[in-house]
Amino acid sequence: MENKTVLEMRNIHKSFPGVRALQGVNFTLREGEIHALMGENGAGKSTLIKVLTGVYGKDEGEIFLKGKEKAVAIRSPQDAQKLGISTVYQEITLCPNLSVAENMYIGRTSGVCQNWKKMNKDADKILQSLDIPAKATQQLASCSIAVQQMVAIARAVDMDCKVLILDEPTSSLDDQEVEKLFGLMRDLKARGVGIIFVTHFLDQVYEVCDKITVLRDGKLVGEYEIKDLPRVQLVSKMLGKDLDDLSDIKGENAAYDKEDASKPVFETEGLVSNAGIKPFDFYIKKGEVNGFTGLLGSGRSECVRAIFGADRVIGGTVKKNGKVIKITKPLDAMKNGIAYLPEDRKIDGIVGDLSVRENIILALQVLKGFFKPFSKAEANQFADEYIKLLGIKTASADTPIKSLSGGNQQKVILARWLLTHPEYLILDEPTRGIDVGTKIDIQKLVLKLASEGMSVTFISSETDEMLRTCSRLIVMRDRKVVGELSGDDLTQNKIMSTIAGGDRE
Amino acid sequence: MQNEKRFNVKEFFMKLFKRQIFIPIAALLLLALFNLIVDPSFYRITLGYNSAGDPVLSGYLMTILDYGSELAILAIGMTLVTSASGGQDISVGAGIAIAGSVILRVLCGTNSRPETLQAPIIVAFLVSCVVAMLFGAFNGALVAYFKIQPMVATLILFTAGRSIAAWINNNELPIVSDPTFSYFGGFIPGIPIPTPFFIAVVCMIVIALVLKFTNLGLYTQAVGINESSSRLNGLNPAFIKFLSFVILGLCVAVAGLIKVSRLSSINYSVIAKDIEMDAILAVALGGNSLSGGKFNMTASILGAYVIQFLTTTLYKFNVQSDALPAYKAVVVIILVVLSTPVVRDYLSGLGKKLNLKRNVKEVG
Repeated sequence: MENKTVLEMRNIHKSFPGVRALQGVNFTLREGEIHALMGENGAGKSTLIKVLTGVYGKDEGEIFLKGKEKAVAIRSPQDAQKLGISTVYQEITLCPNLSVAENMYIGRTSGVCQNWKKMNKDADKILQSLDIPAKATQQLASCSIAVQQMVAIARAVDMDCKVLILDEPTSSLDDQEVEKLFGLMRDLKARGVGIIFVTHFLDQVYEVCDKITVLRDGKLVGEYEIKDLPRVQLVSKMLGKDLDDLSDIKGENAAYDKEDASKPVFETEGLVSNAGIKPFDFYIKKGEVNGFTGLLGSGRSECVRAIFGADRVIGGTVKKNGKVIKITKPLDAMKNGIAYLPEDRKIDGIVGDLSVRENIILALQVLKGFFKPFSKAEANQFADEYIKLLGIKTASADTPIKSLSGGNQQKVILARWLLTHPEYLILDEPTRGIDVGTKIDIQKLVLKLASEGMSVTFISSETDEMLRTCSRLIVMRDRKVVGELSGDDLTQNKIMSTIAGGDRE
Repeated sequence: MQNEKRFNVKEFFMKLFKRQIFIPIAALLLLALFNLIVDPSFYRITLGYNSAGDPVLSGYLMTILDYGSELAILAIGMTLVTSASGGQDISVGAGIAIAGSVILRVLCGTNSRPETLQAPIIVAFLVSCVVAMLFGAFNGALVAYFKIQPMVATLILFTAGRSIAAWINNNELPIVSDPTFSYFGGFIPGIPIPTPFFIAVVCMIVIALVLKFTNLGLYTQAVGINESSSRLNGLNPAFIKFLSFVILGLCVAVAGLIKVSRLSSINYSVIAKDIEMDAILAVALGGNSLSGGKFNMTASILGAYVIQFLTTTLYKFNVQSDALPAYKAVVVIILVVLSTPVVRDYLSGLGKKLNLKRNVKEVG
């Protein structure tokens, strides 16, 4: 073991029923290093992290830590913490109703009594030294998500951690917040902490990391210096194949050009919901792919939720083929041929304990009615058809959806809505937290569906993804529609400047 | 060849071990084995004649079949409520008192000791069904539309129910003299098996058909697992929760009929006392999560009979009825702890390790 190495995992094996999640993976982390762990969904990143943090037991293999002669046994997250391995997850795992200081010290004070003054003082000192804009006595919920994440990191750092694991910490942060987080990461790096960084954002990897370890299908692909591995190669290593040209998937499918292509299918006039958006007008034509763009919280999701009746509509009308339709609840929208893939897969999308099959047929079943359940054979047929069509990786149709990886869960939800054969498909962040391969699959699918006459609204935080798929973009700012771009205006710069406010160029 | 066969048997048991229904089956087998070893006379069934001169089977097993059936009927409704709302209805005992009181009121009219029935039994039963479903709807509305925790919402009727039951009959204790009324909780002349069992079987068939030919099961579970996602799939989660309480109300009315039929009268403060706890236990013993979501109806019903098996076993060993709950609690703790995923994972892990060691030995 090298002197500078803080963590070494050797020949790690881990199997779940039906899946070999890790097969002989090695991983090495050195002092003061930010090490990206990359791979598609289901490549084994999360499993590796969970083995390291004691959430899962490993079947085989050894873990060495700096300063320990022998391999260490990590049986629980507590063990991992004691050994100086701390994790900050994508979802904040702190208690929002407690103060910042309480969150930092919860579960690790000795004795019965608590010196509140000292605790607050200590917490303030740490926050200051890490340049985190929060006060010890402030309630955690009153901080922004980014600051909450930083508090979680501060807690980890104060626990004298040598290995810090950041699991998708940036997926709910905006650019500025990400910058702040990176500042903190560099600061910790200078102090000699080894950081494992798991993310789907390639840009971020290249901005902040020193090394990359790539996993694929539970196996180690390799460990690389960041400068030796250009982006394209990284992607092809993750996918295990050479990348087909990402830039032009639009050309593959001819645009839908039947005679009814120019007529709007769905229109809204002054539609407004109780979710705090301004009334908006909107239309979508048959076979069109359009999108809502804007910063996080600009009201993109709220607009489509209003169309689908997911939030309570308090004004305005929705028209289908020129006729006013009444949508007060999601079922009304579904009956009118609208499908909505929600932004938050875990909360609004999957029904965790139900099987993949039940999750796929759910929406169509509801449309069909309470007294007309599908027979087992029908349900199986639907499930098998879509598992094959979308390439869903699952042990069987009986597997509970919650045990699938994120990307495959998303495909199941997509299957659920495609099964209803909607006229209008709304996809709200369908590619968030999903690997590159699946992302391209979904983008291609969207274009294919549109070429067959389906209208699609596509929402994504990644502008290049929107540019690749949409022919018209509705730009939102501060919960208001502020512009519409199409044709030659569809460029990164133009979108940015519209989002930023006015044509100052 | 032989090796292969043995492997299959083992696999079969491993599969069964992982199935939810394994929990009540294992509990039942344990209790049965215990009785078999300690005193095989537990299983003796004798054919005798009751006071009316009709042939009846009697014995501990018959008692289990008899009283377990009430519990099984309640377990059906409780399973649905648990699955949809993630909570339990603790007012079923009080609900039975109300339903029973309504039946007696309709049968006896204003006179508490009539010579003849004032209305057909079926009418009385239907009226009690409506009343019990209304009270179920009251609970359901509190839970589904006012979003009150089920235990808290049903605490209201739990507290007030028995008083309401007494008030329905002006605090009198009506007695039904017509012998046909006693058939429901006793024996139909010529059939030596207790009637409640047949009533329970009918309920089971009905719920099986409902689960097969409607989407009640899928909808209930979907709402129990993820309410928000269910709504976005076009379901009405509040209504489904509400519906589950109304169905439980119906089950309560059926159980109420059996209960008052047993006595041909009613004792407001004692009738169906603590039965809600047994019904909840039946659901838990069936391996269903008490925080809602997926359910297994067969396991719940089996769980109900296991609870009654346990109660009867304890009675047989002359445990005082006051001390009964304490003994029951001990057994239940053991059963429930053994059935938790934590312990089961540990046990199956242990099994694997033993196998591994044996294999290593064989190789070595």
